Amino acid sequence: MRWWTPYAFLAPYLALFTVFMIVPIGFGFWTSLHEWDINLPAKPFVGLGNYAELFDPGSVDGGRFWTAMRATGIFTVASVPILVVLPLLVALLMNGRFAGRNVYRAVYFAPYVLGVAVVGLLWRFLLDGNIGLVNHYLGLDVQWTTDLPPAWIALVGVTVWWTLGLNSVIFLAGLQDIPRELHEAAMVDGAGAWRRFLAVTLPGLRPVLVFVVNATILASANMFGQSYLITAGAPADQTKTAIYLIAETGLRQFDMGTASAMSFILAAFLMAASVLVFGAFRDRRRP
Amino acid sequence: MTRDLRTLRRALLHLVLAVIAALYLSPLLYMLVTSFKTREAAQSTTPRWVPDPVTADAYREILTSPDSPVLTWFLNSLLAATGHAALVLATAAPAAYALARLRFRLRTPIFSMIVATLFVPPVVLLIPNFLIVNELAWIDSLPAVIVPAVAGAFGVFFLRQFFLTLPAELEEAAELDGCNRWQIFVSIALPLSKPALATLFLLSFLANWNDFLWPIYVLLSPEALTLPAGLGNFQGANNIRYDLLMAGAVIASLPVILLYLVAQRWVIEGISRSGIRG
Repeated sequence: MRWWTPYAFLAPYLALFTVFMIVPIGFGFWTSLHEWDINLPAKPFVGLGNYAELFDPGSVDGGRFWTAMRATGIFTVASVPILVVLPLLVALLMNGRFAGRNVYRAVYFAPYVLGVAVVGLLWRFLLDGNIGLVNHYLGLDVQWTTDLPPAWIALVGVTVWWTLGLNSVIFLAGLQDIPRELHEAAMVDGAGAWRRFLAVTLPGLRPVLVFVVNATILASANMFGQSYLITAGAPADQTKTAIYLIAETGLRQFDMGTASAMSFILAAFLMAASVLVFGAFRDRRRP
Repeated sequence: MTRDLRTLRRALLHLVLAVIAALYLSPLLYMLVTSFKTREAAQSTTPRWVPDPVTADAYREILTSPDSPVLTWFLNSLLAATGHAALVLATAAPAAYALARLRFRLRTPIFSMIVATLFVPPVVLLIPNFLIVNELAWIDSLPAVIVPAVAGAFGVFFLRQFFLTLPAELEEAAELDGCNRWQIFVSIALPLSKPALATLFLLSFLANWNDFLWPIYVLLSPEALTLPAGLGNFQGANNIRYDLLMAGAVIASLPVILLYLVAQRWVIEGISRSGIRG
């Protein structure tokens, strides 16, 4: 093997990896230090000016940004517990051998393969305040797409419907990796179902649980399509999430310096959340 | 006694699971039903689960209206998703093979750097990648939705894990027979990896087909849009034509539902074992 052979194998991927992954990370930060409009030739350097403005809630951009961060926070806090607990329950129900198990699994997973555009259009229709099925069958007269808090209930509910199957199959795969002997040993010791869940299932599921909690937080904090298609940010931008605002600010109004600064602040929050999750789930029995 | 109890529990389990299944399928069924209603029936305040009359008007209108070139969008989506998935395989497979099987000085640093980017929140790439795509003059054209996401670390990571499980003896034998590394890769490693390659192709295809945020900002003119982006814009302009919107949603769902029916096992197992996210 010539010394350069491995690099030839790697070259096509590394070229794209450099242009669309490594360069953008640095270039994005560089952009955030400028007053950057794609249509204007002058892109004056402003140092941390964009960040300073965003951390001033009294400024126009700062006010908008923290409203959006609040929306992202509300959605994340409201959706993650449900998106962890319900799929875990569904996975526990399905963790046995019985007829039709794979059919159920396929049905629960189906919405996830549809993508957010179809899911958003469909639920915008079902949640319609005047002719929607949801109001009809619940006997309600709620404006799910324009009132608070109904809009949050709608956005969380749609997201649960859309992604429950995803977390369920991940949990199910984790449950099936727990050796049966552990359960049998616990049964021999006279442990009841609840005791076995706490002593065998949960510890065995810990790595999967950490992964699911972390991935779900990141997914919820990046919620975009549901809000874009179902509420369009209504009422008064209260359901416009941070990533939605970043996209609108940078890619519609072309205020790319401010948008980049926003994205780095959001990224800092996301990374801090991941650190907290991994810290909270650390295995304390190991040094 | 205990047998009765067990039967009862099993029946209860099926009841719970079937109720959830009904809640899962009924919205999709209603989408399909509504797409075959007339404009007026789709707007009715009393829901009907059987269209009366059954009509394909919504499909006819959305497929022929100049505001919604659905066939063009469909073709764009198909080209983009296929092109993206093919490019992922073409770049990730040799890279993953080198990282799994070849010994070279920079192997560990390169692999560490690729893995590290799995922890970078993708939101920081949004603005700079738009600027880069703009410099390349790709805005409003298919390369903008095909190429940038190929840089993601997932494919390399996924295939490397698979290549590591392949037995080394076959490759060693081929080397003794005088095959070079590229021949070994193409004639031994790749054929043995068909399931992993197919799974990666499928997951990349689905992710690209369903992508929404990126295409609505980098594709602008109506004839350049992908199907999700086109339907998103179309809803913005026609948010009360639910007959048309549901017909469009059915058209956008068909390919992925078909893929899912054919390859359901691979999709679920690929995603649950690797945790890729949309």
